[in-house]
Amino acid sequence: MRCLKIEVRLFATFRIGRDKIQMLDMPEGSKIIDVLDRLNIKSEEVSILLLNGRDGDAQRILKDSDVLALFPPVGGG
Amino acid sequence: MYGYNGRVIRINLTDKSIKKEELDLEVAKKYIGARGLGVKTFMDEVDPKIDALSPENKLIIAGGPLTGAPVPTSGRFMVVTKSPLTGTIAISNSGGKWGAELKFAGYDMIILEGKAKDPVYINIVDDVITILEADEVWGKVASETTDILQDIHGDKAKVLCIGPAGEKLSLMAAIMNDVDRAAGRGGVGAVLGSKNVKAIVVRGTGKVALVDDEKAKKVGMDKIGILRKDPVAGQGLPTYGTAILVNIINENGIHPVKNFQESYTDQADKISGEALTEKYLVRKNPCYRCPIACGRWIKLEDGTECGGPEYETLWSFGSDCGIYDLNAVDVANMLCNEYGIDTISVGATIAAAMELYQRGYIKDEELAADGYSLNWGDAEAMIAWTKKICLREGFGDKMADGSYRLCESYGAPQYAMTVKKQEIPAYDPRGAQGHGITYAVNNRGGCHIKGYMISPEILGYPEKLDRFSLEGKAGYAKVFHDLTAVIDSLGLCIFTTFGLGLPDFVDMYNAVVGEEHDNESLLRAGDRIWTLEKLFNLKAGLTKADDTLPKRLLEDQIAEGPSKGNVHHLDVLLPEYYSVRGWDSEGVPTDDTLKALGLEEYIGYIS
Repeated sequence: MRCLKIEVRLFATFRIGRDKIQMLDMPEGSKIIDVLDRLNIKSEEVSILLLNGRDGDAQRILKDSDVLALFPPVGGG
Repeated sequence: MYGYNGRVIRINLTDKSIKKEELDLEVAKKYIGARGLGVKTFMDEVDPKIDALSPENKLIIAGGPLTGAPVPTSGRFMVVTKSPLTGTIAISNSGGKWGAELKFAGYDMIILEGKAKDPVYINIVDDVITILEADEVWGKVASETTDILQDIHGDKAKVLCIGPAGEKLSLMAAIMNDVDRAAGRGGVGAVLGSKNVKAIVVRGTGKVALVDDEKAKKVGMDKIGILRKDPVAGQGLPTYGTAILVNIINENGIHPVKNFQESYTDQADKISGEALTEKYLVRKNPCYRCPIACGRWIKLEDGTECGGPEYETLWSFGSDCGIYDLNAVDVANMLCNEYGIDTISVGATIAAAMELYQRGYIKDEELAADGYSLNWGDAEAMIAWTKKICLREGFGDKMADGSYRLCESYGAPQYAMTVKKQEIPAYDPRGAQGHGITYAVNNRGGCHIKGYMISPEILGYPEKLDRFSLEGKAGYAKVFHDLTAVIDSLGLCIFTTFGLGLPDFVDMYNAVVGEEHDNESLLRAGDRIWTLEKLFNLKAGLTKADDTLPKRLLEDQIAEGPSKGNVHHLDVLLPEYYSVRGWDSEGVPTDDTLKALGLEEYIGYIS
């Protein structure tokens, strides 16, 4: 099976105990939720989930070279 | 009388008279307090056409009915005057502890009029108010001014002051309080400077009267509990401050770089909230009665401890100038707090100057005497220019009145990223359409905080909206504008909205003042306040043409990054916004709208 190269960028408290940028090999057909599982992040912990800079959702099927950015609940102004 | 103290201080600086007046409680309740009461009072007394730096301008400082009350974030107050930067109404808000202390001294509002012959400061100790010579503190920075005045009047006295930037009438000058909190925007520090007022020291030993002590305290504790449990207000903001936004906004491709020429950088992490927390944070630095505590206290690389930067500051002195040296940005932030000037406008003005230099408008020979470049990414020069702007030294004098006037002087106003001559902050509205409407229609000029549409469009609070969609955005923005006017007028912080909604604000008002409001009536008061401010601007001479965005944002597509290909669609959103407000196609509130808002007395006001 072909592997997808996925870049995952982690921010704020998701960086605790994890590298802030992760290059993952995921099996073809993987969904965003599979990446979260691999990183041991529960989908309810994710407040902002960006797929290539646009709003993504956990059930979305990934493509090669996709970039995910994951943020816990944070805000400001 | 509960919540309100019922007393107003009026000081005429020209003849040094001090009067204590009774607050008109009916007017206060109709306009809530702080922002609303300040604007209403100001409009009753001042012709919108006056020169903002003349003695005819007045400066009002007002707390709200909840300022100083036992509810969360009750340290806030509002400065209201005519802005010398924008020519609009200035509504500039600050936190810290000073506002609550003014309420404890027994007052709701201070009205300053005229102009002192020589520099003075005002000292308020409960009932005793004096005007004193300011020779010892004139020329001093904020921390030194505060130290000297606390040596004289005691450590418990709270100090509000201007720095050298306000004394030198920079149109970007802020009013500082509690050393590092700022009523930052609109050049309100220049108005105080024009009146020769260096500081207002206040010490109050009373407390805010509550309609039902037990109930008010319980409601306050309940709301504090909600905020503590909220993931943003209780965890995200306390841990990282607003600086956490650097990466979020950048990953969405709306983090402006090099004066909005780009909207994404691969270097954002160097100036991020994560980096600030890891390398420089000493502790949190909360305002009065605030469980959120977004304020930062940091240690610079030279060992100096000082207030830390907000997201907007990390952007303005950072990415907007092509600078990714976090210590340099921290230093620029510290200088702005000490010299008393708005970090957003100063950073953005340096960025505009850098673009003018990039395009050949500013020549090397103009900078030679100062010895600093205007090259993108030159952190040392950025710090030097910040100080020179504050002191009006050399080329800094040309920059001290903001980017619009600078760019216009070179015949290139299109490079000023301003609305109504005030610098827009750290979000590219081409990738957040609703936020763009806030920029365009904001009564105080380019500003993000009087209707923070980034919250639904990027952060997902109170719900996630498609940031590129136009549908319903004008109406959504109007509700945000009105709710912000309510919170500003109560004397609370806008960050409460990450955990609290309109019914919570109704609860708190009613628990402190008495059962006066429901959701509908409180939000309508916000609408009334926003519309009143608009009337001021119209009478001051502003028109529909001023409710716009910089040309670059309307015509040039974002070139790269996650928001690539977008422009802002103000042509669609602006008519819709006017319509949901009940304004005509020129943005003038109709007589019917004025009647519906209880503003009948203003029918015919602008003609």
